Amino acid sequence: MSDLLKVPTMADFMAQGKQPEVLFWVGCAGSFDDRAKKITKAFVKLLNNAGVEFAVLGTEESCTGDPAKRAGNEFLFQMQAVTNIEVLNAYKVQKIVTACPHCFNTINNEYPQLGGNFEVMHHTQFLKTLLNDGRLKVEGGKFKGKKITFHDPCYLGRANGEYEAPRDLLRKLEVELVEMKRCKTNGLCCGAGGAQMFKEPEPGNKDINVERTEEAVDTGASIVATGCPFCNTMMTDGVKHKEKEDQVQVMDVAEMIANASEL
Amino acid sequence: MQYLPNILFFLLLVAGVGYFTKNIRTVVRNIKLGIPVAISDHKKERYGNVARIALGQSKLLKRPISGALHAIVYLGFIIINIEVLEIIIDGLLGTHRIFAFLGGFYDFLIATFEILALLVLVSVVLFWTRRNVLKIKRFLSPEMKGWPKQDGNIILYFEVVLMGLFLLMNSSDYALQQMGAAHYTQAGSYPVSSLFAGIFDTMSQSSLIVIERTAWWLHITGILIFLNYLYFSKHLHILLAFPNVYFGSVTQKGQFKNNQAVTAEVKMMMDPSADPFAAPAPDAPPPPKFGASDVMDLTQVQLLNAYTCTECGRCTSECPANQTGKKLSPRKIMMDTRDRLQEVSKNIDANAGVFVPDGKQLLKDYISTEELWACTTCNACVEACPLSIDPLSIIMDMRQYLVMEQSAAPSELNGTMTNIENNGAPWPFNQMDRLNWAKE
Repeated sequence: MSDLLKVPTMADFMAQGKQPEVLFWVGCAGSFDDRAKKITKAFVKLLNNAGVEFAVLGTEESCTGDPAKRAGNEFLFQMQAVTNIEVLNAYKVQKIVTACPHCFNTINNEYPQLGGNFEVMHHTQFLKTLLNDGRLKVEGGKFKGKKITFHDPCYLGRANGEYEAPRDLLRKLEVELVEMKRCKTNGLCCGAGGAQMFKEPEPGNKDINVERTEEAVDTGASIVATGCPFCNTMMTDGVKHKEKEDQVQVMDVAEMIANASEL
Repeated sequence: MQYLPNILFFLLLVAGVGYFTKNIRTVVRNIKLGIPVAISDHKKERYGNVARIALGQSKLLKRPISGALHAIVYLGFIIINIEVLEIIIDGLLGTHRIFAFLGGFYDFLIATFEILALLVLVSVVLFWTRRNVLKIKRFLSPEMKGWPKQDGNIILYFEVVLMGLFLLMNSSDYALQQMGAAHYTQAGSYPVSSLFAGIFDTMSQSSLIVIERTAWWLHITGILIFLNYLYFSKHLHILLAFPNVYFGSVTQKGQFKNNQAVTAEVKMMMDPSADPFAAPAPDAPPPPKFGASDVMDLTQVQLLNAYTCTECGRCTSECPANQTGKKLSPRKIMMDTRDRLQEVSKNIDANAGVFVPDGKQLLKDYISTEELWACTTCNACVEACPLSIDPLSIIMDMRQYLVMEQSAAPSELNGTMTNIENNGAPWPFNQMDRLNWAKE
């Protein structure tokens, strides 16, 4: 499979004196987390298939600083931010796409005041533009008619007001889109944000991901679609906790599109 | 002696408005204890927000039942205030229903006031039932025990008494008008109070005048007391809603402000010509504090937020941490900020205008670290607030203090931060392995 993936780096492009159409910011989860790596690969397949000239930073990429900032370590965040901005500016990057809403939010909203001005898109937004431009074909395939619910990642939805791009893509897959009671602006967090991903939750009577998974399972959906590697982990853990692995799958929107086209 | 009521009324008005003004000046002084923020951007959008969110109550109406009830009480409050204007002029000049010359329009106005007064009464009874009889979760949180619960009810009792007195005043007036009593000119239309004017049938004109005058005086006195109660209650939102929404955030909710003090440090670190061992200039200001541990470290907007909060609890009921039994309640963050600010305020008053350190602070004495670390920064509280209050920004500022001033992050997060610092990812993976996925 690996020989099918074309993943050029910015350094490769620079060596050839070229600029890619877009920089794919992979993110830490997308680079290292086994589950999230599958999302990364699915997205790359879609980019390859659509003939998008993209590049990654590869080993020159570093954490955007989102978990540090949300954990209160503003100093570490800004250090990460200014070093990343230096790398991006050195490559004269203008357009960035990322499959992680946290990277998306941080680069889009918090880098500009530190000297990083880029056009940033979440991968669902980018896929939608590819679709609109006729470069990407989205067909139902094996998802046609399946009951699917979309979990809004906080940093895509409430934080940046994007609710429709992922849903539009799902509709293109001809799925039966069912909404959870708490969706869009009222969406319930998966429990990972604010650096919670990296610590045990405070004492309470339930884990947030379990609460959210119960709501998703109650819709009767066979797939919980999402657009964030952290939401994906939390929901997958939630499904395991409820012992529903046989009935419910957690998938990224990009994975579903790649799967439907049997890429 | 003829002018005695006018003089009494004037004194009452001066006392009522004067004491209120004094307390509002205290509120302004206290808000100014915060860090100033220059907000002169997005004027059009900000006024639009005031019109839509504050005046138009767009966010309140997201919950249709409480939203509709609130809209009625609010509309009543605004419109019935036209009547208060007439009462004040009558009181000062010794006239009676001075706007009566408006004729048909006056009838319309009074009829509208009466219908609204009735609707307000009904709404307030429903509000009271929601707060005290129905087990609505957001009114049962731990922070709502004691005074906050009582405060919410007192405001409702005020409304009942004021609307009751208003209708009593009108119905006795109506009865007097029917009798043709001197001074009580035929004016106004009384669709509600005329219904029970029958109870006055057996009364003499003089005792009816006593009832009418008593209701009139108690009504305006009640309004002045209510005005002065605002400062001592959670109810300042009826005034502060407007500036608070105006100064509310107009950027994406995901954009957390970058700490300028940190930016200065980072810039110095990145500057190759900066001497890291240079002694600061003798007149250099003390190094800034990172983050917030007390109310003075918060911005003026955050302090305005605290005074504006009316403890409705929509933030808390949307909070994922709170819903799953964690200690965090965004409403409590706002209530604590206000309580601490009031404590500081009393301290300043008691010490001739200067704050004398009292060994207490917002962090730990009011807000525990357990609450702060339970937040997922999901912005549900910010989205839920009908008045653009931002509890999340206070949580973030306090986390900054914990981490950057006290190195007091939970140990797992210390590990995460060390990883980011050393290898550019929250997990202990080598940065040189970042592209391995492409080869797997």
